[in-house]
Amino acid sequence: MISRRKLIGLGATGAGGLLLGGCDRLNGSPAFRDVLKGATGLNQRTQRLLMGDGLAKEFSAADISPVFKVNGSRAVAEPAYQAQLARGFADWALRIDGLVQQPLLLPLTALKSLPQRVQITRHDCVEGWSAIGKWQGPQLGAVLAQAGLLPNAKYAVFHCADKLGGVPYYESIDLVDAFHPQTILAWALNGTPLTQPHGAPIRLRVERQLGYKHAKFVTRIELRETLAGLYGGSGGYWEDASDYQWYAGI
Amino acid sequence: MAKSDQAGSADDQPTPQGGDLVRRHHLLTRLWHWLNAVVVTVMLMSGLMIFNAHPRLYWGQYGANFDHAWLDLSGGDGVPFPGWITIPAKYSLADARLWHFAFAWILVVAITGFLLWSLISGHLKRDLAPRPAELAPSHVWQEIKAHARLRFPTGKAALRYNILQKLAYGGVLFVLLPGVILTGLTMSPGMNAALPWLVDIFGGRQSARSLHFLCTFALVAFFFIHIAMVLLAGPINELRSILTGWYRLPREREEPIP
Repeated sequence: MISRRKLIGLGATGAGGLLLGGCDRLNGSPAFRDVLKGATGLNQRTQRLLMGDGLAKEFSAADISPVFKVNGSRAVAEPAYQAQLARGFADWALRIDGLVQQPLLLPLTALKSLPQRVQITRHDCVEGWSAIGKWQGPQLGAVLAQAGLLPNAKYAVFHCADKLGGVPYYESIDLVDAFHPQTILAWALNGTPLTQPHGAPIRLRVERQLGYKHAKFVTRIELRETLAGLYGGSGGYWEDASDYQWYAGI
Repeated sequence: MAKSDQAGSADDQPTPQGGDLVRRHHLLTRLWHWLNAVVVTVMLMSGLMIFNAHPRLYWGQYGANFDHAWLDLSGGDGVPFPGWITIPAKYSLADARLWHFAFAWILVVAITGFLLWSLISGHLKRDLAPRPAELAPSHVWQEIKAHARLRFPTGKAALRYNILQKLAYGGVLFVLLPGVILTGLTMSPGMNAALPWLVDIFGGRQSARSLHFLCTFALVAFFFIHIAMVLLAGPINELRSILTGWYRLPREREEPIP
Protein backbone atom coordinates (compact mmCIF):
# COMPACT_ATOMS: atom_id res chain seq x y z
CA MET A 1 0.00 0.00 0.00
CA ILE A 2 1.45 3.27 -1.11
CA SER A 3 1.01 6.22 1.25
CA ARG A 4 -0.61 9.45 0.16
CA ARG A 5 2.53 11.37 0.82
CA LYS A 6 4.61 8.96 -1.24
CA LEU A 7 2.06 9.18 -4.05
CA ILE A 8 2.26 12.96 -4.09
CA GLY A 9 6.04 12.82 -3.95
CA LEU A 10 6.05 10.48 -6.92
CA GLY A 11 3.59 12.70 -8.74
CA ALA A 12 5.73 15.78 -8.16
CA THR A 13 8.87 14.01 -9.35
CA GLY A 14 7.04 12.75 -12.42
CA ALA A 15 5.63 16.19 -13.19
CA GLY A 16 9.08 17.73 -12.76
CA GLY A 17 10.62 15.18 -15.10
CA LEU A 18 7.87 15.71 -17.67
CA LEU A 19 8.32 19.45 -17.44
CA LEU A 20 12.08 19.24 -17.95
CA GLY A 21 11.98 16.70 -20.77
CA GLY A 22 8.97 18.44 -22.26
CA CYS A 23 10.64 21.84 -22.29
CA ASP A 24 13.70 20.51 -24.05
CA ARG A 25 11.55 18.72 -26.63
CA LEU A 26 9.56 21.92 -27.16
CA ASN A 27 12.80 23.88 -27.42
CA GLY A 28 13.78 21.66 -30.36
CA SER A 29 10.44 21.98 -32.13
CA PRO A 30 10.55 24.51 -35.01
CA ALA A 31 6.81 25.23 -34.66
CA PHE A 32 7.13 25.99 -30.94
CA ARG A 33 10.22 28.13 -31.54
CA ASP A 34 8.23 30.15 -34.07
CA VAL A 35 5.61 30.80 -31.38
CA LEU A 36 8.33 31.96 -28.97
CA LYS A 37 9.89 34.13 -31.67
CA GLY A 38 6.49 35.68 -32.31
CA ALA A 39 6.90 37.49 -28.99
CA THR A 40 9.94 39.31 -30.42
CA GLY A 41 7.77 41.12 -32.95
CA LEU A 42 5.29 41.93 -30.19
CA ASN A 43 8.13 43.29 -28.03
CA GLN A 44 9.41 45.44 -30.89
CA ARG A 45 6.00 46.92 -31.72
CA THR A 46 5.18 47.55 -28.05
CA GLN A 47 8.52 49.17 -27.27
CA ARG A 48 8.46 51.34 -30.39
CA LEU A 49 4.96 52.48 -29.47
CA LEU A 50 5.98 53.30 -25.89
CA MET A 51 9.32 54.97 -26.56
CA GLY A 52 8.59 56.93 -29.75
CA ASP A 53 11.63 59.16 -30.30
CA GLY A 54 12.65 58.76 -26.65
CA LEU A 55 16.34 58.98 -25.85
CA ALA A 56 18.52 56.51 -24.00
CA LYS A 57 19.59 57.94 -20.66
CA GLU A 58 22.77 60.02 -20.81
CA PHE A 59 25.07 60.14 -17.82
CA SER A 60 27.63 62.51 -16.35
CA ALA A 61 31.39 62.08 -16.56
CA ALA A 62 31.36 60.88 -12.94
CA ASP A 63 29.31 57.82 -13.95
CA ILE A 64 31.80 56.47 -16.50
CA SER A 65 32.99 52.89 -15.86
CA PRO A 66 36.65 52.77 -14.76
CA VAL A 67 37.22 49.97 -17.29
CA PHE A 68 35.00 49.56 -20.33
CA LYS A 69 34.77 45.82 -20.82
CA VAL A 70 35.75 44.45 -24.23
CA ASN A 71 33.63 41.64 -25.63
CA GLY A 72 33.30 39.84 -28.97
CA SER A 73 36.21 40.27 -31.37
CA ARG A 74 39.23 41.89 -29.73
CA ALA A 75 41.32 42.04 -32.87
CA VAL A 76 41.14 41.69 -36.64
CA ALA A 77 43.58 39.17 -38.09
CA GLU A 78 43.59 40.44 -41.71
CA PRO A 79 46.99 41.94 -42.67
CA ALA A 80 45.23 44.73 -44.61
CA TYR A 81 43.44 45.83 -41.43
CA GLN A 82 46.66 45.63 -39.39
CA ALA A 83 48.41 47.81 -41.98
CA GLN A 84 45.59 50.40 -41.75
CA LEU A 85 45.79 50.30 -37.96
CA ALA A 86 49.55 50.91 -38.09
CA ARG A 87 49.00 53.95 -40.32
CA GLY A 88 46.30 55.35 -38.04
CA PHE A 89 43.65 54.63 -40.71
CA ALA A 90 45.07 57.54 -42.73
CA ASP A 91 43.98 56.07 -46.07
CA TRP A 92 40.99 54.14 -44.77
CA ALA A 93 37.49 54.98 -45.98
CA LEU A 94 34.00 53.95 -44.98
CA ARG A 95 31.95 52.80 -47.95
CA ILE A 96 28.24 53.69 -48.11
CA ASP A 97 26.46 51.83 -50.89
CA GLY A 98 23.43 49.78 -51.86
CA LEU A 99 20.09 51.59 -52.19
CA VAL A 100 21.53 55.10 -52.16
CA GLN A 101 21.48 57.90 -54.73
CA GLN A 102 25.20 58.53 -54.38
CA PRO A 103 27.56 55.84 -53.09
CA LEU A 104 30.21 57.37 -50.86
CA LEU A 105 33.73 56.66 -49.68
CA LEU A 106 34.20 58.63 -46.47
CA PRO A 107 37.68 58.88 -44.96
CA LEU A 108 38.00 59.14 -41.20
CA THR A 109 38.76 62.87 -41.56
CA ALA A 110 35.42 63.35 -43.34
CA LEU A 111 33.58 61.61 -40.51
CA LYS A 112 35.41 63.76 -37.97
CA SER A 113 34.59 66.98 -39.81
CA LEU A 114 30.84 66.35 -39.79
CA PRO A 115 28.89 67.79 -36.82
CA GLN A 116 29.81 65.63 -33.83
CA ARG A 117 27.63 64.15 -31.13
CA VAL A 118 29.16 63.34 -27.76
CA GLN A 119 27.11 61.09 -25.48
CA ILE A 120 27.80 59.32 -22.20
CA THR A 121 25.65 56.22 -22.39
CA ARG A 122 25.29 52.80 -20.85
CA HIS A 123 26.23 49.80 -22.93
CA ASP A 124 24.12 46.76 -22.01
CA CYS A 125 25.45 43.40 -23.05
CA VAL A 126 22.99 40.60 -23.79
CA GLU A 127 24.87 38.61 -21.14
CA GLY A 128 23.74 40.99 -18.42
CA TRP A 129 26.65 43.33 -17.66
CA SER A 130 26.71 47.07 -18.30
CA ALA A 131 29.47 49.62 -18.88
CA ILE A 132 29.20 53.40 -19.18
CA GLY A 133 31.36 55.28 -21.65
CA LYS A 134 31.61 58.58 -23.53
CA TRP A 135 31.24 58.14 -27.28
CA GLN A 136 31.87 60.65 -30.03
CA GLY A 137 31.09 60.66 -33.72
CA PRO A 138 28.77 61.94 -36.45
CA GLN A 139 25.12 60.96 -36.44
CA LEU A 140 24.44 58.09 -38.81
CA GLY A 141 21.40 60.02 -40.08
CA ALA A 142 23.64 62.84 -41.33
CA VAL A 143 25.93 60.39 -43.12
CA LEU A 144 22.99 58.62 -44.74
CA ALA A 145 21.44 61.96 -45.76
CA GLN A 146 24.68 62.78 -47.54
CA ALA A 147 24.39 59.61 -49.61
CA GLY A 148 20.63 60.08 -50.13
CA LEU A 149 18.46 57.00 -49.63
CA LEU A 150 16.43 55.48 -52.43
CA PRO A 151 12.72 55.09 -51.58
CA ASN A 152 12.95 51.31 -51.19
CA ALA A 153 15.81 51.39 -48.66
CA LYS A 154 14.56 49.87 -45.39
CA TYR A 155 17.64 48.60 -43.56
CA ALA A 156 21.17 49.78 -42.94
CA VAL A 157 23.58 46.81 -42.86
CA PHE A 158 26.94 47.23 -41.15
CA HIS A 159 29.69 45.08 -42.65
CA CYS A 160 32.64 44.64 -40.33
CA ALA A 161 36.32 43.79 -40.70
CA ASP A 162 36.29 41.17 -37.94
CA LYS A 163 35.39 37.51 -38.17
CA LEU A 164 34.11 35.18 -35.47
CA GLY A 165 34.88 31.53 -36.11
CA GLY A 166 35.81 32.42 -39.69
CA VAL A 167 32.45 34.12 -40.40
CA PRO A 168 32.36 37.89 -41.05
CA TYR A 169 30.55 39.92 -38.38
CA TYR A 170 27.69 42.08 -39.57
CA GLU A 171 24.65 43.74 -38.08
CA SER A 172 21.61 45.64 -39.30
CA ILE A 173 19.07 48.17 -38.04
CA ASP A 174 15.99 49.69 -39.63
CA LEU A 175 15.57 53.34 -40.50
CA VAL A 176 13.79 54.16 -37.22
CA ASP A 177 17.02 53.46 -35.36
CA ALA A 178 19.29 54.61 -38.20
CA PHE A 179 17.85 58.14 -37.98
CA HIS A 180 17.56 58.23 -34.16
CA PRO A 181 19.60 61.20 -32.85
CA GLN A 182 21.74 58.98 -30.58
CA THR A 183 22.70 56.57 -33.37
CA ILE A 184 26.25 57.61 -34.21
CA LEU A 185 29.35 56.26 -35.92
CA ALA A 186 31.68 56.53 -32.95
CA TRP A 187 35.40 56.98 -33.56
CA ALA A 188 36.30 57.95 -29.96
CA LEU A 189 35.65 56.37 -26.56
CA ASN A 190 36.25 58.44 -23.42
CA GLY A 191 38.03 61.12 -25.41
CA THR A 192 40.55 58.97 -27.29
CA PRO A 193 40.31 57.35 -30.74
CA LEU A 194 38.97 53.79 -30.59
CA THR A 195 41.59 51.17 -29.90
CA GLN A 196 41.56 47.87 -31.73
CA PRO A 197 39.69 45.95 -28.99
CA HIS A 198 36.92 48.58 -29.05
CA GLY A 199 36.46 48.32 -32.82
CA ALA A 200 38.80 50.86 -34.43
CA PRO A 201 38.30 52.91 -36.42
CA ILE A 202 34.47 53.01 -36.22
CA ARG A 203 31.88 51.43 -33.98
CA LEU A 204 28.15 51.83 -34.42
CA ARG A 205 26.26 53.12 -31.36
CA VAL A 206 22.55 52.28 -31.39
CA GLU A 207 21.81 53.15 -27.80
CA ARG A 208 18.33 51.73 -27.34
CA GLN A 209 19.43 48.19 -28.18
CA LEU A 210 21.79 45.60 -26.69
CA GLY A 211 25.54 45.44 -27.25
CA TYR A 212 25.68 42.91 -30.07
CA LYS A 213 23.86 45.39 -32.33
CA HIS A 214 26.73 47.90 -31.85
CA ALA A 215 28.92 46.60 -34.68
CA LYS A 216 32.66 47.20 -34.29
CA PHE A 217 35.30 47.56 -37.07
CA VAL A 218 32.63 48.89 -39.48
CA THR A 219 33.99 49.13 -43.02
CA ARG A 220 30.86 49.39 -45.14
CA ILE A 221 27.24 50.44 -44.68
CA GLU A 222 24.91 48.85 -47.18
CA LEU A 223 21.33 50.08 -47.61
CA ARG A 224 18.94 47.25 -48.42
CA GLU A 225 15.25 46.63 -48.91
CA THR A 226 15.34 43.22 -47.22
CA LEU A 227 17.67 41.23 -45.00
CA ALA A 228 16.84 38.02 -46.85
CA GLY A 229 19.63 36.71 -49.04
CA LEU A 230 22.38 38.22 -46.88
CA TYR A 231 24.44 35.57 -45.02
CA GLY A 232 21.90 33.58 -42.94
CA GLY A 233 19.15 36.07 -43.68
CA SER A 234 18.41 37.01 -40.08
CA GLY A 235 20.14 40.38 -40.20
CA GLY A 236 23.18 39.82 -38.01
CA TYR A 237 26.00 37.50 -37.06
CA TRP A 238 24.42 36.36 -33.77
CA GLU A 239 20.92 36.38 -35.22
CA ASP A 240 22.15 33.89 -37.86
CA ALA A 241 24.37 31.89 -35.51
CA SER A 242 22.03 31.28 -32.60
CA ASP A 243 18.61 32.93 -32.85
CA TYR A 244 19.46 36.10 -30.96
CA GLN A 245 16.62 38.55 -31.51
CA TRP A 246 17.12 40.94 -34.45
CA TYR A 247 15.30 43.60 -32.42
CA ALA A 248 17.41 43.77 -29.27
CA GLY A 249 15.54 46.37 -27.24
CA ILE A 250 15.17 43.87 -24.40
CA MET B 1 -22.76 16.22 3.88
CA ALA B 2 -23.96 19.81 3.79
CA LYS B 3 -22.29 22.00 1.26
CA SER B 4 -22.19 25.61 2.33
CA ASP B 5 -22.06 28.68 0.11
CA GLN B 6 -18.97 30.79 -0.63
CA ALA B 7 -17.06 31.24 2.58
CA GLY B 8 -18.70 33.73 4.90
CA SER B 9 -20.97 35.24 2.25
CA ALA B 10 -24.40 33.96 3.28
CA ASP B 11 -25.66 34.94 6.70
CA ASP B 12 -28.98 33.10 6.44
CA GLN B 13 -27.30 29.72 6.13
CA PRO B 14 -26.02 27.76 9.07
CA THR B 15 -22.36 28.42 9.81
CA PRO B 16 -20.25 25.59 8.39
CA GLN B 17 -18.71 23.27 10.93
CA GLY B 18 -15.49 21.31 10.89
CA GLY B 19 -15.90 18.41 8.48
CA ASP B 20 -18.17 20.34 6.07
CA LEU B 21 -17.25 20.82 2.43
CA VAL B 22 -17.14 24.52 1.59
CA ARG B 23 -16.44 26.50 -1.57
CA ARG B 24 -12.92 27.76 -1.00
CA HIS B 25 -11.41 29.06 -4.25
CA HIS B 26 -13.16 30.82 -7.12
CA LEU B 27 -12.65 29.35 -10.60
CA LEU B 28 -10.57 32.37 -11.65
CA THR B 29 -8.33 32.02 -8.58
CA ARG B 30 -7.72 28.39 -9.47
CA LEU B 31 -7.07 29.11 -13.15
CA TRP B 32 -4.65 31.92 -12.34
CA HIS B 33 -2.90 29.83 -9.67
CA TRP B 34 -2.06 27.01 -12.06
CA LEU B 35 -1.27 29.20 -15.06
CA ASN B 36 0.99 31.29 -12.85
CA ALA B 37 2.64 28.18 -11.39
CA VAL B 38 3.60 26.97 -14.87
CA VAL B 39 4.69 30.39 -16.14
CA VAL B 40 6.75 31.27 -13.04
CA THR B 41 8.49 27.89 -13.31
CA VAL B 42 9.41 28.55 -16.94
CA MET B 43 10.53 32.09 -16.06
CA LEU B 44 12.69 30.79 -13.21
CA MET B 45 14.35 28.04 -15.25
CA SER B 46 14.97 30.20 -18.32
CA GLY B 47 16.07 33.03 -16.03
CA LEU B 48 18.68 30.84 -14.35
CA MET B 49 20.08 30.07 -17.82
CA ILE B 50 20.26 33.80 -18.59
CA PHE B 51 22.00 34.36 -15.24
CA ASN B 52 24.53 31.67 -16.20
CA ALA B 53 25.71 33.94 -19.05
CA HIS B 54 27.06 36.45 -16.51
CA PRO B 55 26.82 35.04 -12.99
CA ARG B 56 27.80 38.23 -11.17
CA LEU B 57 25.55 40.85 -9.54
CA TYR B 58 26.31 44.50 -8.89
CA TRP B 59 24.75 47.59 -7.32
CA GLY B 60 24.43 50.82 -9.30
CA GLN B 61 24.15 51.90 -12.93
CA TYR B 62 26.95 49.81 -14.40
CA GLY B 63 28.81 46.61 -13.56
CA ALA B 64 31.09 44.26 -15.49
CA ASN B 65 34.00 41.98 -14.77
CA PHE B 66 36.37 44.70 -13.52
CA ASP B 67 33.78 46.20 -11.17
CA HIS B 68 32.94 45.09 -7.64
CA ALA B 69 30.28 42.36 -7.58
CA TRP B 70 28.28 41.72 -4.39
CA LEU B 71 27.55 38.22 -5.61
CA ASP B 72 29.96 36.28 -7.79
CA LEU B 73 29.12 32.69 -8.74
CA SER B 74 31.53 32.57 -11.67
CA GLY B 75 34.29 30.80 -9.75
CA GLY B 76 33.66 27.09 -10.35
CA ASP B 77 33.95 24.89 -13.40
CA GLY B 78 31.24 25.58 -15.94
CA VAL B 79 28.07 27.47 -15.08
CA PRO B 80 26.57 27.89 -11.60
CA PHE B 81 23.08 26.53 -12.41
CA PRO B 82 23.15 23.00 -13.86
CA GLY B 83 21.12 21.78 -16.82
CA TRP B 84 18.44 19.99 -14.81
CA ILE B 85 17.17 23.31 -13.49
CA THR B 86 17.53 25.47 -16.61
CA ILE B 87 15.58 25.93 -19.86
CA PRO B 88 17.00 24.75 -22.14
CA ALA B 89 19.12 22.12 -20.36
CA LYS B 90 22.12 22.71 -22.65
CA TYR B 91 23.72 26.16 -22.46
CA SER B 92 21.98 28.61 -24.77
CA LEU B 93 21.51 32.22 -23.77
CA ALA B 94 19.66 32.85 -27.04
CA ASP B 95 17.08 30.10 -26.48
CA ALA B 96 16.56 31.01 -22.82
CA ARG B 97 15.83 34.58 -23.92
CA LEU B 98 13.25 33.37 -26.44
CA TRP B 99 11.42 31.50 -23.65
CA HIS B 100 11.82 34.24 -21.05
CA PHE B 101 10.49 37.09 -23.21
CA ALA B 102 7.57 35.07 -24.60
CA PHE B 103 6.36 33.71 -21.24
CA ALA B 104 6.85 37.16 -19.67
CA TRP B 105 3.80 38.30 -21.62
CA ILE B 106 1.65 35.53 -20.13
CA LEU B 107 2.94 36.36 -16.65
CA VAL B 108 2.11 40.05 -17.02
CA VAL B 109 -1.28 39.59 -18.68
CA ALA B 110 -2.31 36.91 -16.17
CA ILE B 111 -1.42 38.81 -13.01
CA THR B 112 -2.85 42.08 -14.34
CA GLY B 113 -6.12 40.32 -15.13
CA PHE B 114 -6.17 38.50 -11.81
CA LEU B 115 -5.47 41.63 -9.77
CA LEU B 116 -8.14 43.61 -11.63
CA TRP B 117 -10.69 40.83 -11.10
CA SER B 118 -9.69 40.55 -7.43
CA LEU B 119 -10.24 44.26 -6.97
CA ILE B 120 -13.56 44.42 -8.82
CA SER B 121 -15.04 41.19 -7.45
CA GLY B 122 -14.17 42.06 -3.86
CA HIS B 123 -11.84 39.04 -3.51
CA LEU B 124 -9.08 41.42 -2.51
CA LYS B 125 -11.05 43.24 0.17
CA ARG B 126 -12.96 40.21 1.45
CA ASP B 127 -10.28 37.51 1.46
CA LEU B 128 -6.81 39.03 1.11
CA ALA B 129 -6.74 42.41 2.87
CA PRO B 130 -5.63 42.04 6.50
CA ARG B 131 -8.07 43.47 9.04
CA PRO B 132 -6.57 45.96 11.54
CA ALA B 133 -7.06 43.54 14.45
CA GLU B 134 -5.20 40.81 12.55
CA LEU B 135 -2.21 43.08 12.13
CA ALA B 136 -1.80 43.62 15.85
CA PRO B 137 1.66 42.29 16.76
CA SER B 138 0.18 40.09 19.49
CA HIS B 139 -2.19 38.43 16.99
CA VAL B 140 0.57 37.91 14.41
CA TRP B 141 2.78 36.43 17.14
CA GLN B 142 -0.03 34.08 18.22
CA GLU B 143 -0.36 32.86 14.63
CA ILE B 144 3.38 32.37 14.26
CA LYS B 145 3.45 30.30 17.47
CA ALA B 146 0.43 28.26 16.37
CA HIS B 147 1.99 27.59 12.94
CA ALA B 148 5.30 26.64 14.54
CA ARG B 149 3.42 24.04 16.61
CA LEU B 150 1.62 22.96 13.42
CA ARG B 151 -1.73 23.89 14.98
CA PHE B 152 -3.53 25.26 11.93
CA PRO B 153 -6.96 26.90 12.13
CA THR B 154 -9.91 24.49 12.27
CA GLY B 155 -13.68 24.70 11.82
CA LYS B 156 -15.10 28.17 11.23
CA ALA B 157 -11.69 29.82 11.65
CA ALA B 158 -10.40 27.87 8.62
CA LEU B 159 -12.99 29.53 6.35
CA ARG B 160 -10.71 32.54 5.99
CA TYR B 161 -7.05 32.96 5.26
CA ASN B 162 -5.13 33.55 8.48
CA ILE B 163 -2.90 36.59 8.78
CA LEU B 164 0.27 34.72 7.81
CA GLN B 165 -1.41 33.48 4.64
CA LYS B 166 -2.68 36.98 3.85
CA LEU B 167 0.79 38.46 4.30
CA ALA B 168 2.43 35.71 2.24
CA TYR B 169 -0.10 35.83 -0.63
CA GLY B 170 -0.22 39.63 -0.51
CA GLY B 171 3.58 39.76 -0.59
CA VAL B 172 3.65 37.56 -3.69
CA LEU B 173 0.80 39.40 -5.45
CA PHE B 174 1.77 42.97 -4.62
CA VAL B 175 5.51 42.95 -3.98
CA LEU B 176 7.36 39.99 -5.47
CA LEU B 177 5.53 39.43 -8.77
CA PRO B 178 5.20 43.16 -9.61
CA GLY B 179 8.78 43.61 -8.40
CA VAL B 180 10.16 40.89 -10.61
CA ILE B 181 8.18 42.22 -13.60
CA LEU B 182 9.19 45.87 -13.14
CA THR B 183 12.87 45.14 -12.49
CA GLY B 184 12.76 42.87 -15.55
CA LEU B 185 11.36 45.68 -17.71
CA THR B 186 14.03 47.99 -16.31
CA MET B 187 16.80 45.81 -17.72
CA SER B 188 15.55 46.52 -21.25
CA PRO B 189 17.35 49.44 -22.95
CA GLY B 190 14.20 50.04 -25.01
CA MET B 191 12.05 50.34 -21.89
CA ASN B 192 14.68 52.65 -20.35
CA ALA B 193 14.11 55.02 -23.26
CA ALA B 194 10.34 54.67 -22.87
CA LEU B 195 10.16 54.97 -19.05
CA PRO B 196 13.45 56.55 -17.89
CA TRP B 197 12.16 57.09 -14.32
CA LEU B 198 11.64 53.39 -13.75
CA VAL B 199 15.34 52.54 -13.81
CA ASP B 200 16.00 55.43 -11.43
CA ILE B 201 13.48 54.05 -8.90
CA PHE B 202 15.55 50.88 -8.65
CA GLY B 203 18.86 52.75 -8.46
CA GLY B 204 20.20 51.88 -11.91
CA ARG B 205 20.17 48.94 -14.28
CA GLN B 206 22.60 46.73 -12.38
CA SER B 207 20.72 47.35 -9.12
CA ALA B 208 17.52 46.40 -10.94
CA ARG B 209 19.21 43.20 -12.13
CA SER B 210 20.23 42.39 -8.55
CA LEU B 211 16.70 43.09 -7.28
CA HIS B 212 15.28 40.92 -10.09
CA PHE B 213 17.41 38.05 -8.78
CA LEU B 214 16.49 38.72 -5.13
CA CYS B 215 12.75 38.87 -5.93
CA THR B 216 13.15 35.57 -7.78
CA PHE B 217 14.76 33.91 -4.79
CA ALA B 218 12.08 35.27 -2.48
CA LEU B 219 9.54 33.64 -4.83
CA VAL B 220 11.48 30.37 -4.66
CA ALA B 221 11.47 30.62 -0.85
CA PHE B 222 7.71 31.24 -0.95
CA PHE B 223 7.31 28.17 -3.17
CA PHE B 224 9.08 25.87 -0.71
CA ILE B 225 7.18 27.22 2.31
CA HIS B 226 3.92 27.03 0.34
CA ILE B 227 4.52 23.36 -0.59
CA ALA B 228 5.56 22.54 2.98
CA MET B 229 2.37 24.11 4.36
CA VAL B 230 0.22 22.24 1.81
CA LEU B 231 1.83 18.95 2.86
CA LEU B 232 1.48 19.71 6.58
CA ALA B 233 -2.09 21.00 6.33
CA GLY B 234 -3.33 17.93 4.42
CA PRO B 235 -2.24 17.66 0.81
CA ILE B 236 -5.35 15.87 -0.51
CA ASN B 237 -7.77 18.43 0.90
CA GLU B 238 -5.57 21.37 -0.16
CA LEU B 239 -5.08 20.02 -3.68
CA ARG B 240 -8.82 19.33 -4.01
CA SER B 241 -9.59 22.90 -3.05
CA ILE B 242 -7.15 24.48 -5.54
CA LEU B 243 -8.30 22.05 -8.28
CA THR B 244 -12.07 21.85 -7.72
CA GLY B 245 -12.67 24.76 -5.36
CA TRP B 246 -14.15 22.51 -2.62
CA TYR B 247 -12.39 22.39 0.72
CA ARG B 248 -13.24 20.28 3.74
CA LEU B 249 -13.05 22.37 6.87
CA PRO B 250 -10.67 20.74 9.35
CA ARG B 251 -12.55 19.40 12.39
CA GLU B 252 -12.36 21.43 15.58
CA ARG B 253 -9.79 20.15 18.02
CA GLU B 254 -11.00 18.90 21.38
CA GLU B 255 -9.54 21.67 23.48
CA PRO B 256 -8.91 20.80 27.11
CA ILE B 257 -11.27 22.84 29.30
CA PRO B 258 -9.15 25.25 31.30
